[in-house]
Amino acid sequence: MLRIDNLHAVVDGPGGTKPILKGLSLEVAAGEVHAIMGPNGAGKSTLANVLCGKPGYEITGGSVTFRGEDLLELDPHERAASGLFLGFQYPVEIPGVSNVQFLREALNSQRKYRGEEPLSGGEFLKLAKDKAALLKMDMDMLKRQVNVGFSGGEKKRAEMVQMGILDPAFAVLDETDSGLDIDALRVVGEGINSIMRAPEKAVLLITHYQRLLDVVKPDRVSVLADGRIIQTGGPDLALRLEEEGYDAVMADA
Amino acid sequence: MPDLATLPTRRDEAWRYADIDAAGRLGLDAINAWEEITLGAGETLRRCEVVGGDAPELLRLRLTLGEGARAELFVTNAGRDYTRVEVEVTLGKGAHFEFGGVTIGGGEAVREFVTTTVHAEPEATSNQTVRSVHWDTGTGNFLGEIKVVRHAQKTDAAQDFKGLLLEAGASANAVPQLEIFADDVKCAHGATVGQLDESARFYMAARGLDPQAAQRLLVQAFLGDAFVALEDEAEHARLLDAALDALGGADL
Ligand SMILES: Nc1ncnc2c1ncn2[C@@H]1O[C@H](COP(=O)(O)OP(=O)(O)OP(=O)(O)O)[C@@H](O)[C@H]1O
Ligand SMILES: [Mg+2]
Repeated sequence: MLRIDNLHAVVDGPGGTKPILKGLSLEVAAGEVHAIMGPNGAGKSTLANVLCGKPGYEITGGSVTFRGEDLLELDPHERAASGLFLGFQYPVEIPGVSNVQFLREALNSQRKYRGEEPLSGGEFLKLAKDKAALLKMDMDMLKRQVNVGFSGGEKKRAEMVQMGILDPAFAVLDETDSGLDIDALRVVGEGINSIMRAPEKAVLLITHYQRLLDVVKPDRVSVLADGRIIQTGGPDLALRLEEEGYDAVMADA
Repeated sequence: MPDLATLPTRRDEAWRYADIDAAGRLGLDAINAWEEITLGAGETLRRCEVVGGDAPELLRLRLTLGEGARAELFVTNAGRDYTRVEVEVTLGKGAHFEFGGVTIGGGEAVREFVTTTVHAEPEATSNQTVRSVHWDTGTGNFLGEIKVVRHAQKTDAAQDFKGLLLEAGASANAVPQLEIFADDVKCAHGATVGQLDESARFYMAARGLDPQAAQRLLVQAFLGDAFVALEDEAEHARLLDAALDALGGADL
C-alpha cells in the first residue's frame, strides 16, 4: 500500500541544509499495523512530515508510492484527500476556528477532490458525535476552537476524533501515545483499532513505548536510526527493545 | 473639525497615509460632506456598512452622543480604489461608542479608518477594533485619535489593531494618538502586524483543506474580533461575507 524506496531528505536549517533521511526503505502492506521505534532525533517525525508534504524539507533522492501513485508529486491537501492522515506529535492550535467548522470543511474539501457529494450540516454533526463518543470525548470539546486550551492528552485524543471523522485509508501516527494517561491510552488504542483495523487500511505507528503496542498489536516493528530503517521484525522486536534498549538491539543488527 | 478650504495634503495629520491623488479626484465638496447624527440621552444606534468600489469613496460621520447613549458602527472597507471612513464621536456622560472595522484588499489601493473620539464627559466608554488584511501592494490604515477632556474622569477607551499581510509588498499602519487631560482614565491600545501562521496552514492542508479554503478560514478567524460585538447575525454575516469575497482575488 505504501512503498518507500531509498528515501533521502534534507532539512533547511540555520547552517544550510542538513541530511536527516539517509536512504530509508520501508513497505507497509494493506491490513498491516507497522510500528516504528527509534532513538530521539533519528528522523521519525521527519519521515512523517515528508510523507505528508510539510514545507521545509527537500527530497534529494528515492521515491514514495502510495496506492500505486507517486506520493511526492501531490500537494499536502491532495495527499490527505487521497487517504493519507498524519496524527501530529504536536497538534497545532488554530484560534478563532471551531473543530466542527474546521473538520466539516476539511472533510467536504476532501470529498470534493474525490468527486463526492458534500455532507450536510446535520450529516456531519451525526458523524462527529459518533466519533467523539468512540473516543469518549465530550461533544462540547468539538465546539471549541481547534486545540486551543486543550491539555496535551486532550489534543492527542482530538487527533483521533479527527481521524475517525476523516476516515483515512492510511494513518501515520506520530507519538499519539505521548501525553496520554493510562485510561486515555487504552481508549485511544482501541479507537485506532476500531477506525483503522481493516483489510484495506494500514497504519504507521511511531512510538517509544510498548504500552500502546499492547493495545494496538502491531504486525511488524521497524527500528529507525540515523535516517534509515536498520531492522524489521515482528511484535517481539518491540518487547526486546523495551527490555534491552536500542544499543543492545542495534549492536546485534 | 472645520471644513477644509483647500484639498488636504499629507501634512494634515489625519491625511498622512491617505491617497492624496484619489482624494483630489473626490473633490472638495465631497470631502467637506459630513453626515451628522445626534443621539439623545439613552438612545441607541447601530450602523453596518460595506464600503468601497472601483472609484474613490469617502464616508464621513459625525456622532454626538447624549448621556448614556450608545452608538455602534461596523464597517467592511473593501475598496478597490482609495476608500476612507472617517468618524468623529463626542461622548456624553456614560455614553458608549463601539467600532469594528475591517480593511481588506490587494491591488494598490489605500483603505483607511480615521476616528476621533472625544470623551467630553465622565464615565463614557469607547471600544474600537480594526483588522486589516492586505496583499499585492495594498494598504490598510487605522488612525485613531482619542481626546479625554479634563473633567472626563472614569473614561475607558480601548483601541486594538491587527494587520495580516499575505504578501511582502502589502502594508498595514496603525497610528494611535492620545490626548488625555483627565487623570482617572483607562486607555488601552495595541497594534500588531503579522503573517499567516505557516504551521496552521500545514495542519489544515494535512486535513485536506485546499490552500484557498485554508486561507479563507484563517482570514475569517483573524477578522472575527472586529465583529464580535455585532449581535445582529444577518448583518454580521453580510459584513463578513463582503470581506471574505474580497479575499477571492488574493494570491496564495
Ligand atoms: N528545521 C530543522 N532544522 C534543523 N534540524 C532539524 C530541523 N527539523 C529536524 N531537525 C533535526 O532532524 C533530526 C531528526 O528530527 P526528528 O524530529 O525527525 O526526530 P524524531 O526521530 O522524531 O525524534 P523524537 O523521538 O525526539 O520525536 C533531529 O536531529 C532534529 O534536530
Ligand atoms: Mg518525533
